[in-house]
Amino acid sequence: MKPAPFVRHVPATVGGATDMLAEFGPQDGRILAGGQSLVPIMAFRMARPAHLIDINGVAELARVSRIDNTLSIGATVRHAAFHRPVADAEMGRMLSTVVRHIAHYPIRTRGTFCGSIAHADPASEWCLVASTLGAEMVARSKRGQRVIAAEDFFEGIMSTALAEDELLTEVRLPILPSQAHFGFYEFNRRAGDFAIAMALVTYRVTDGVIAEPRVGLGGAEARPRRIPEAEAALKGRPLEAKTFQAAAEAAAQAIDPIEDIQADAEYRRELVRAVTRRALERSVP
Amino acid sequence: MSVPTQGSGMTWVGRSIRRLEDPALVAGQGHFTADLQAAHWVRFVRSPVASGRIDRIGVPPNANVITAADLAGVKPIKPMLHKFSYVPVAQPVLAADVVRFVGEVVAAVVAASKEEAEDIADRVEIEIVPLTAVTDARRALAAGAPVVHPEAPGNVIVEGRIKTPDFDATRASAHTLIQFEAHSRRQNATPLEARAGHTAYDGATGRVTLTCTTQMPHLTRTAIADVLGMPESDLRVIAPDVGGGFGQKMSLTPEYVILVWLARRLRSSVAWTEDRRENLMAGFHSRDQVITLEGAFDKDARLTALSADIIANVGAYSCFPTTCGVEPLMAMAELPGPYQAQAYDCVSRGVVTHTCPMGPYRGVSRPVITFALERLMDKAAARFGIEPIEIRRRNLIDRFPYKSATGLTFDEASYRQTLEMAVEHIDLPAFRARQKQARAEGRYLGIGFSTFSERTGYGSPAFAARGMEITPGWENVEITMDPSGLVEARIGSSPHGQGLRTTLAQIIADEIGVEPRQIRVVHGDTDRAPYGWGTFASRSLVIAGGASLIAAQKLRTKLLKIASHLLEASAADIVLEGGMAKVSGTDRSLPIATMARQAYYQTHRFNGEIDPGLTEIGAYDPAGTFSNACHVAIVQVDIETGHVAIEKFLVAEDAGRIINPMIADGQVHGGIAQGIGNALLEEIVYSDTGDILTSTLADYLPPTAREVPVIELHHMETYSDASITKAKGVGEGGAIGAPAAVINAINDALAPFNIEIDEIPATPRKIRATLRSAMEKRA
Repeated sequence: MKPAPFVRHVPATVGGATDMLAEFGPQDGRILAGGQSLVPIMAFRMARPAHLIDINGVAELARVSRIDNTLSIGATVRHAAFHRPVADAEMGRMLSTVVRHIAHYPIRTRGTFCGSIAHADPASEWCLVASTLGAEMVARSKRGQRVIAAEDFFEGIMSTALAEDELLTEVRLPILPSQAHFGFYEFNRRAGDFAIAMALVTYRVTDGVIAEPRVGLGGAEARPRRIPEAEAALKGRPLEAKTFQAAAEAAAQAIDPIEDIQADAEYRRELVRAVTRRALERSVP
Repeated sequence: MSVPTQGSGMTWVGRSIRRLEDPALVAGQGHFTADLQAAHWVRFVRSPVASGRIDRIGVPPNANVITAADLAGVKPIKPMLHKFSYVPVAQPVLAADVVRFVGEVVAAVVAASKEEAEDIADRVEIEIVPLTAVTDARRALAAGAPVVHPEAPGNVIVEGRIKTPDFDATRASAHTLIQFEAHSRRQNATPLEARAGHTAYDGATGRVTLTCTTQMPHLTRTAIADVLGMPESDLRVIAPDVGGGFGQKMSLTPEYVILVWLARRLRSSVAWTEDRRENLMAGFHSRDQVITLEGAFDKDARLTALSADIIANVGAYSCFPTTCGVEPLMAMAELPGPYQAQAYDCVSRGVVTHTCPMGPYRGVSRPVITFALERLMDKAAARFGIEPIEIRRRNLIDRFPYKSATGLTFDEASYRQTLEMAVEHIDLPAFRARQKQARAEGRYLGIGFSTFSERTGYGSPAFAARGMEITPGWENVEITMDPSGLVEARIGSSPHGQGLRTTLAQIIADEIGVEPRQIRVVHGDTDRAPYGWGTFASRSLVIAGGASLIAAQKLRTKLLKIASHLLEASAADIVLEGGMAKVSGTDRSLPIATMARQAYYQTHRFNGEIDPGLTEIGAYDPAGTFSNACHVAIVQVDIETGHVAIEKFLVAEDAGRIINPMIADGQVHGGIAQGIGNALLEEIVYSDTGDILTSTLADYLPPTAREVPVIELHHMETYSDASITKAKGVGEGGAIGAPAAVINAINDALAPFNIEIDEIPATPRKIRATLRSAMEKRA
């Protein structure tokens, strides 16, 4: 096997998983769900967990359910669950639009929504969705349960507020209001690659102008987040090219871009301008 | 197999019969090196440092770890070239005192399983005192640059120069001079199957069998026997099914030498399967070149003189057998391409750096020189205000044989005709109208042409011109019909996905009148096949095909003689077809299988006039031939993101007689896919300190099916006397022509911005940077 040696533990219940995490978390223990990010990193021996707690057998974590205006997504729900709408109207459409940008089909059948959130790659589509919509992350440990807001959850590149004994059991996504508009645009070099920059926008239209705008950016900074400057450029303005252009410009100016071999800061800023405007253009039916 | 039965007068050659090798492959019945089990597994420990002195190698207790100190008596790999100021440099099988690139093998861990070997390798401590590394060829040429090998203080280890006597005068009388720099970034051929090797020791004979994923089993045997100082016949090399090579598997790798050494030392079996990271770091790189090109044109836009300064970054060592001269010297010899420039001045250097060694990759230098030369033609067309197709019309070779400025003889081909064929199918006026309309809407479409020659099927004289110590070129084929009428053709060439078992069977079938599926082509085993050079340089169908034809013709002559005896008719009246020998104009016939039995078991009936048995040998060593094609790409460039989408890709090509159109199309498709990768996506990146930043497939980006458009193919067949089967090579053309077509299309799309992109790959980031600086200048 390519990875460094490790011990695999297989809990049957959430309680069992958090017990194990309490014991093994401090000894380099990690949760294994779909394994589509963790296992490749282990194969390079860049991650060397001594213990893997495999939650794939915990039945109660495999559910998507709607409670009032919240969509609850359990820890082992696969990306592929969103290929078809899991919620009514815009919410279901938004998720099934975004999911098609996540890697490739075989990976989507195995990788999980919550795994992406816990892994916190800045280029993760689900992290962008969670940030833009203001998701709540439910963390369970032997010590109890707490709910963490998206803005507090993502701390940096692959770094979250989860403690080493905490299991992300569920992500609660607020359902988009009826008649919401959304637009998503992702730029990458090949189909299925990590986003170099992407934008998700949502808003409602009241009296012919934009209300409750949300502009989220991913892949551009160390963590996905909403861009208040871009939202301010939209709020109360009519749906027109000039508005979108102004919001895109505001987003490009507001970011603190990451740099890598695909994109330097200046290019990423240009991409942010383009993806923000295009996400807005796609939001218009 | 759904092959239509052969009708009278129909030949097997020219038909798209299904590949004989595929049923086993698609049913999972293929044999690959990595399927083999072994008593011992190896994990190589590689240098994490680009340049440095090895201070200490710390081995975990009770571990079996081999280092250079254990390899006394093993010679380094030191390929030789007797021309072009070549400086031989030695590559130790395991790095001895110094390391010269990240990924160089420093130690070999031997354990009972792959898993244990990985874990032990993890605990081997290598302490290296780092020295300053140089990864860029131009920096390596500068005064005071770090010296990679003390034998070559200026870091140049091969240098070719050519200048025709008329060059200065011709250039001086030019109407227009166009000069620019073309950059090609470093690439990895990325075969689906990375390298793998397995060695087994036979206690009875002391022989070792090396099974490995190679394109050249006999040359691998020769090289390893030389390095280890063992008789060649004590080593058997088998290339089983091989999952692509593209040139990357035609150079000797130190890893295989160590596997053979270990099998002899341990008197046991030893295996290694490379992972993708090792392959991207150390499995040979290619095409890292800078070409400064100048074209001199007369007033009618005719290219009269061409000059070039070619710098090829050949990495840390020189590859065996071609040597690192393969890129710079091929670039020098073939740069003038299909154009009639007779005045030529070229300096071409191979420069060593602290990077992975260069090895040949599909097309070798020709994707780069074609890209450079085709950029020159488009730049000149723009300067003269004519269409790119018009400047090509004026300059393409149209009389044959044509002798090039570098002394190559171009045989009959169809440079002009394939260009016109492509133009006709693309409908250029309609495109220009659409382009104009799109620009008005802020969409940037472009069209790019690439016309090129592809030197293929060249024998030993061509290789001898390079001064290679081991000079490949010819091929032998032995054909045996067994007593039951089945045919075995043993070839020295070694296909690794090209479908040669099918195409050679088609050639042979037409001569001896049996179906291709009754012909088994045996290759890739030095104990079973005659000495041969392997499959590379678009040579196998031409040369092994020619040798197969010669052997099959001899066998046919013998079969006709036997039939003449048994049917009591003149050989001239007998035809061999459909598994039968028939006397024309009569109902007399005999199954060929019956004749085969007689050839072995009833030889007394031939009154001593026919030798027993049915084995014939054919040998072929041609001078070489040129295939040609015109590629056309239509792209859309997203000027905000720099993204390039290929809307259409069209090819008009001529590879002489097509033996199997389906297989030929597949070769072109695959080459174009790689060419698109080279044009837009694939780039090996080193940091200034020599770290490789693209060692996974998350960073090194070959195209996927989504990035490769539907390819429209049109064929033309020119029958040249340079090939006895009339077939020319078709293995590399797709890869050679595609980058130039795509880059020219991008430049055409961006013409309104008055910028030039002269670099492959043209990544979106670079396109944006170029657009940005153009706009800043304008502002």
